Parts: sequence; C-alpha cells; structure tokens
Amino acid sequence: MRLKRIKGVKFGLLSPKEIRKMSASKIITPDTYGEDGFPIELGLVNQRIGVIDPGLRCKTCGGRMTECPGHFGHIELAASVIHVGYAKLIYRMIAATCRKCGKVLLGEEDRKRFLEEIEWQKEKQADVGEVVKLVFKEAAKSGVCMYCGESQKRIKYDKPTSYIEIDEEEKGRRLMPTDVRERLERIPDEDIALFGMDAKSARPEWMVLTVLPVPPVTARPSITLESGQRSEDDLTHKLVDIIRINQRFMENRDAGAPQLIIEDLWELLQYHISTYFNNEIPGLPPARHRSGRPLKTMTQRLKGKEGRFRGSLSGKRVNFSARTVISPDPDIDIDEVGVPEEIAKELTITVNVTERDLDAMRETLKRGGKHPGANYVRRADGKKVKATESNYETLAEELDIGWKVERHIRDGDIVLFNRQPSLHRLSIMAHYVRVMPGRTFRLNPAVCPPYNADYDGDEMNLHVLQTEEARAEAKILMAVKRNIISPRFGRPIIGGIHDYITGLFLLTRGDKRFEQEKVQDILNKIDIEDLGEPAGTFESPAGSEDSHLTPYWTGKQIFGMILPEGLNLQFRGKICEKCIERGEECKKEECPREAYVMIREGNLVCGIIDEKAIGSFKGIIIDRIFRRYGEEAAKVFINDASRLAINYIKQTGFSFGISDEDIPKEGKEQIRGEAVHEAEKKVEELIRAYEAGELEALPGRALEETLELLIMQELARARDDAGDIAERYLGIENPGVLMAKSGARGSLLNLTQMAACVGQQSVRGERIKRGYQGRTLPHFKSGDRSADAHGFVRASFKDGLSPTEYFFHAVGGREALVDTAVRTSQSGYFQRRLINALQDLEVKYDGTVRETRGIVVQFKYGDDGVDPSKGEYGKVVDIDEIIRETVEVEETGA
Amino acid sequence: MKKGKFSILEHELVPEHMVIEESEIKELLDKYKIKKGQLPKIKLSDSVIKEIKAEVGDVVKITRRSRTAGKSLSYRLVIE
Ligand SMILES: [Mg+2]
Ligand SMILES: [Zn+2]
Ligand SMILES: [Zn+2]
Ligand SMILES: [Zn+2]
Repeated sequence: MRLKRIKGVKFGLLSPKEIRKMSASKIITPDTYGEDGFPIELGLVNQRIGVIDPGLRCKTCGGRMTECPGHFGHIELAASVIHVGYAKLIYRMIAATCRKCGKVLLGEEDRKRFLEEIEWQKEKQADVGEVVKLVFKEAAKSGVCMYCGESQKRIKYDKPTSYIEIDEEEKGRRLMPTDVRERLERIPDEDIALFGMDAKSARPEWMVLTVLPVPPVTARPSITLESGQRSEDDLTHKLVDIIRINQRFMENRDAGAPQLIIEDLWELLQYHISTYFNNEIPGLPPARHRSGRPLKTMTQRLKGKEGRFRGSLSGKRVNFSARTVISPDPDIDIDEVGVPEEIAKELTITVNVTERDLDAMRETLKRGGKHPGANYVRRADGKKVKATESNYETLAEELDIGWKVERHIRDGDIVLFNRQPSLHRLSIMAHYVRVMPGRTFRLNPAVCPPYNADYDGDEMNLHVLQTEEARAEAKILMAVKRNIISPRFGRPIIGGIHDYITGLFLLTRGDKRFEQEKVQDILNKIDIEDLGEPAGTFESPAGSEDSHLTPYWTGKQIFGMILPEGLNLQFRGKICEKCIERGEECKKEECPREAYVMIREGNLVCGIIDEKAIGSFKGIIIDRIFRRYGEEAAKVFINDASRLAINYIKQTGFSFGISDEDIPKEGKEQIRGEAVHEAEKKVEELIRAYEAGELEALPGRALEETLELLIMQELARARDDAGDIAERYLGIENPGVLMAKSGARGSLLNLTQMAACVGQQSVRGERIKRGYQGRTLPHFKSGDRSADAHGFVRASFKDGLSPTEYFFHAVGGREALVDTAVRTSQSGYFQRRLINALQDLEVKYDGTVRETRGIVVQFKYGDDGVDPSKGEYGKVVDIDEIIRETVEVEETGA
Repeated sequence: MKKGKFSILEHELVPEHMVIEESEIKELLDKYKIKKGQLPKIKLSDSVIKEIKAEVGDVVKITRRSRTAGKSLSYRLVIE
C-alpha cells in the first residue's frame, strides 16, 4: 500500500440530504427485538444498520458480525429541533442578520473590510475566531436593515435552546425552531463567509435538525446479562425516547390537537434530542436510567479522562501484559524478572508447531492447566480450541505440524519490563522470565536505579513479546546487560546500592581472615571453582590446646575471586578525603584509610570497595569491566557482586537503630558548649555591634544584610562543628557513619541532624523572618534578632525539638516540599515538549541526523558522531588511559 | 559597511559563514545523497547572510568551534 500524506482535515455540518444519503435504513419503530428474538425491521437494532448477533448477516453489506462495520440509519423528525451544540452560534447568527431579508447587518464597506480580514487570516492559517467575533458584535448593533429597510427586533437567548424576539413594546414572542430555520435559510451564501464558514460545507440552517442520523448498532451494542436478559446501550435508550415522542407529536398534529399540547410535545422532543447529544447541559435536568443513574450520551462518550480521546485513543490497554507489586531478590540475575506462577499461567506465547517442536509441544499440552502448559490450541484450519481438563489429552494426540499452541511463558522467555513514568529508554528493558511462587514480580535491587524503583509498594508492568522479530530486537537492543552504561552520562546506571555497598565495604576493609569453610559459605551462590592459594595460616581455635594451623583467605582475596582475570585498575575511592585536592600527597598503597584501590591481574591488592567502585551512577570497576570484557562479563560481575555482598552482610549482620545516634555525655556537652553556645555568643556579639553601629558593611551589602549574612555564616559553622564533634564520638564503626562514608545510604549531614544539631532553618536562603510585625512568633520580643527567634534549631532530632523549633522546622520543610512539587511538574512538562520536538529525529547510517522528510539536522551526530554510552566520557578514546596501560605492560613485561 | 560600524562577522560568537561554489554544492549533495531542499535552511534576512551578501539558492558553509569535535562543519541553504 502506498503511504499518503494527510493534506488537511475539513470540518463541516451534515445536511439533511447527506444524512438521508448515508442512511441505510429509516428508523420508525422504537422497539428493538421482536417476539422471535430477531431484530425488528425498521427498528433501532435493525439488520440494515449493522449486526451484533453472531450468525446473522447484515442486510446492507452482507457481512457477518465481525465483517460489517455498521451503517447509519435516520429518523425523520416530525418537527425541526435546535442542535444544542450550535445553539449559541444560532443565536449570534439570527441576531446579526436581518429578520426579513436575511442579510448580515453590515454596511458595504464594513462587509468588505471584514471579508478581506478573514481571507488574510485564513491565508496565514491563523484563527479567524477573533474577526468573526467582531462581525457578530458589529452586526448585532444595527437597528434597521441597510438593505431592505426592515427595523430589527432585539433577540433574547433563553438557554439552552430557546430564542425570544422582543418588540418595541417589550413584548416577547418565542421563535420556534421552524422560525429559526427559516431565518437561517434566508442568509445568502455570500454572507456565510463573514462567519468564517463555507456555505458549501456548512449552511447555517443545517444547525436546526430536521433529520436525525442514527448511529450503527455496532456503535451502541447491547449486552446480554447473566440472566439472559438484554440490556441496551444508553444511546439506544435515548433514541427510543426520541422516536416515541416523535411519533406522539405526529399523531397529535395529524389529529389536530390544541396548540398548547403540540408545543409541549415539541419541547419534550427538543429535550430528548438535546440530552441525546449532551446529558450535562446546564439548566436541563439530565436524562436518567430507570435505576436513577444519568445516561451516558454522545458528549459523555467523548469527554474527559475516560472519554474516547484521552481514554481510548491516547491511552490504550494491551493484551499479553501483567502488572503487580515488585519486591527484591538478590539471588536472581540482574537481567531476570521473577514472575508469579499465577501470572505465568495467564500470559502466553504462540508457538507455530513444526517438526522440531511437535514432541515438546505435545508434552506441554499434556500438562493441561499446570504450569509449563498451554491455554489454547489453534488448529491448521484456524479453529481455536481452549485446552481444558477434559480435552488436553486428545488435543495432544491430535496436535500436528501447522497448528499453533498458546503456551504459558516459562523460564528463559524474554519479556519487556517497565515502570512509569517512562522518562528514558531504560524505563523499559528486556528481562528473562523466572517463574516462582508468590504474588509479586521479583527484581534484583541492582536494576532499581534505571527504573527509579523501590520496594515500598511500587508496581511494574510486564509485556510478553509475540513475534520472533520482536524478541530478537529486544534481545539485541533492550536487554538489561546492553543498558548497563547509561546513554545519558556514559557511566554505569546499574550497580550496587544500599546493602550491596555496605557488604562489600565491610568485606574488603582491613585484613579480614576467613578459613576455607567460611569462604565457601560466603561464595556458595557464586560459580567459583578454585579458591586459589590461601593468604596464610592462623591458629584455630586461637589459644586452645588442640589448635592447629589453618589456612585463611582475606576479604580482599574473596572479592578478587569475582573479578575477571587480568583486570588492572587503580583509582581513589569515595572514602578518600581529597588528599590531592587539598594539596597533600596521595600515599597510594600506604593510604591510612585504604582509600586507594588497586586491582592487579584481577586481584584486589589494596583499598576498600565502596560506592565509587561498584555503586550505580559511579561504578568504576563495572565501567571498566563493561568496556574491557564486554556486557556479559559486566552482567556476571554485578550478579556475583550482589550475591557476594548480600551473603556476607547476612552472615555478619548489620543494623542501624535509634541508639546508634547516641553520643556520650561529654560529647553532648562539647556540642552544646563548643559548637552551639560559642556560636550563639558570637551572634549576640554581632547583634550588639550592629546595634551600636560598630558593624562594618560588606562590599555591595547593606548593613542589615551584612549582619544577617554573618549570623548565617556563624550558625552554619556551629552546625558543621557539631557534626564534626558527633562524627568523632560516633566513630567509623558506627553503622550510620559507615553507610554515609561508603556511600551506601545517607549523608553525614543527615547524621549530624539526627545526633548533634538540626541547625538553621531557612526560607529562600534567609533566616526565617515572616510572621508578625518585628517577630516570627508571639514567644519572642519584637525586634529580637537572636538565633533562636529566627529559626535556629539547636536540638538534634534524637533530643527532640522544642515547640518553637518544631514550628520553624515545619516552615523550612514546607519550602522544600513546594519546591519539589513545582520542579517536577515544570521539568516534566519541559521534557514532554522536548521529546515531542525531537522524537522523530534519527541517526542515519551515514552519521547524519535527519527528520522524517530527510532534511538534515546535524551533518554528524553530536559533531563527533560518538555514542556517549560507547565512547570514553565524551571522547572517542581515552588516550591517557591507553598510554598508562601501555607503559605499565612494558614495565611489568621488562 | 559604514565607517566605524562594527561588523558582526568579527564577533567571536559568530561562526565563519562562506558561500560555496556550485561544484562544491554538487559534491556535498552527492556525499549525503540528498537534494538541495534537504539541507538545513537559513533566512536571507539573517544578519550574517546580509553581511556576506549571499543570495537565495546559495549554500553557505558554516565552520564552528565544537566542544566535542574541536571543529565542525555544517551547510545551510539560503532561503527567502
Ligand atoms: Mg516507591
Ligand atoms: Zn453491513
Ligand atoms: Zn433586510
Ligand atoms: Zn587519599
């Protein structure tokens, strides 16, 4: 099929002629099904306007239920009726045109001017709405027709669908829809353009209905209830009402009923047709179902979140997908996903049975509904059969080449895994299925960062791929191991978090010694054949009489076992306290903090493994393995590292509790005295100096600003000092400090606030000063500039905050809350606009970036043609590293 | 250019624009297998285009300093 470009979309009104032309059947009877159970001829579920019953054929196109798209029918209205959707426009039009000759009440000159203006707007493809508004406004002003001399009467619009003409004596006369239609008919074609419309596709009198199109039954199918009773669609109900009233109107009129009754019925017909279009018109009571529920009519089908546009077209639901809560499992691979058996039995893959898999599929079928089984079989003739307890044996026998089997997903199948919001391509990655008991999806915590997932109730979606091509593409492009390096910053985004880091940190710190049994215990989930030479021997059990020399391995050695052979690498870890940046010399192997990590020939020679080595976002070791040994090696390393870390931390145990925030008495006193009290005294001194006029203004600052700045500085230092003291007393063995230093979780600031001093609270970078005149709270004197009157919280969270401190903390906390709320919505919108603008750009095989028409956007992608996830941090190659390695090889080789 | 008036071409943020020969255009279009209309565009009203007196249908070569590649080339078709 040839692709076609859409040139434009044209909107118009349906003319009565068109409605009749596209109608396949007149609708006369309000009934649906007859006594015989078949649709009634000329009824609302007429066989000419579509079929919804299996077995029946459409009388218009001959198609069956699945083939016939349905056809429109029509109702001939006994009296014309205003279309509510256009009621306002009709009002403007009759108010702007002559009641006798129908011309728009504008002088020749104005007319010409407006027509030109509209033409110009259209040429610019701009909105004509503003000009048209002016036309209506100008034309409605005129009291006398400038063409035929008829004096005009004022029109009052009585919502939603009535118009009243008021004469000089202020007497009103209701304009019936027929009158309105006649007036609209009189507007000449040439004047229609003044309303920004085109007379060929939208004559104004078509806004007053004389014929009503009836949508095909396929658009309003009835449902059969469990009791066997038919329940009709809301639209059908509404159409029934319309036909009934229409009939009554006709009967009464033909019988010569009094005008009053006719008008009542007319009004009723108008009501039903109005609510048929929109059941939420202000001023009209909504039409209700027998149960009292308001009917869902035309407008309600389209409007809002659940409507056709937002609900059905923009947001679609798909088959072959599942959603549930996620929970962690460090024992599965990073590119696996644990799928509950219940879900695995529901999701299927269609297998085309060939010679090669005939036997295997027979076996699968024979299992019936049990897990690695099948749900449906499609025979060679296309007939679909459900595999049930009663027939799977025979189905397995009959199974033949050319059949299709919808088998359950099982271990090793590739699926797509996704977590919303899908902000980058790593939000959807391909995982391999691992069916397990339980009701949650299982996910290795190392893959949480790309999804931005945690386990506090997050849910994720899973999609089963249905074609061989899709599976191949997923494997090559979307597999987790292909996406270890982020295309955003060119570093691993998958890596250790939380306990993984703590575990390896503890394992590789210092000189930990393990005898063989222990080593094997720690490594029991990792595929390692040879422990290698022990580091030495020690006496075990120590000091006992029957102790003997036992060989031991160190923690660093154990970590080395999961490193690829021949890996060489050196870097300064996260725990390095910026020796070089501070102008000190890095002692390298002799670093007292073991911050210098050196890996030689796949062995950890020295240094502690921390966030910088294996963490997500940093992960130098992962990065190096990925680039040197490939994605598979990197995947295996992350798998091994997660098992090793978790296994070790499980055996040593690691916890953090409220008592870990305890600081001994002398520490507390030091914090209160040395840090906080000193600072408060200095603040008082600053205030005194300021009030005495002794304070000197900083350059570019007012005196008061200077004071505030100095106070802020002083108080910030107080908290830092408090933190330092606290850190000293807590010591590196404190689990909180350990987590902060290794990068596992939390920061030293968090610890400071918990254990020592929460510090100054601020709003917009300043001390808190809002509230009453001259003071923040009634607890303080007006004009008090002291620390505690302006939001300095001297307590720690452990101590507990005083009422005023608590209040200030809430004030400062609110800013953070508002900031994040505003930031996320703004950046989300900005990202959407960017994506919309860029989504169709493509890097072609010649390295150019082009849009859909083939117009070049960049002659070389990013000027250098480098994929950030493949190059070395923005460069094609890291020359320095290559030189370093070459030199090293030569040195060691020599 | 009037005396004493600053030429924007001299400004360090304005990259070098150069109208290229017909033969070079052909070479360029052949290299990328594109038609002239598929080149990025630049308006005749662009200050640099006015300054170098390029005409509609000309192709200008723009040489920029690039953070990633050092020097980068791009081409634009002058349009109305
Ligand atoms: Mg969460
Ligand atoms: Zn049909
Ligand atoms: Zn007139
Ligand atoms: Zn260091």
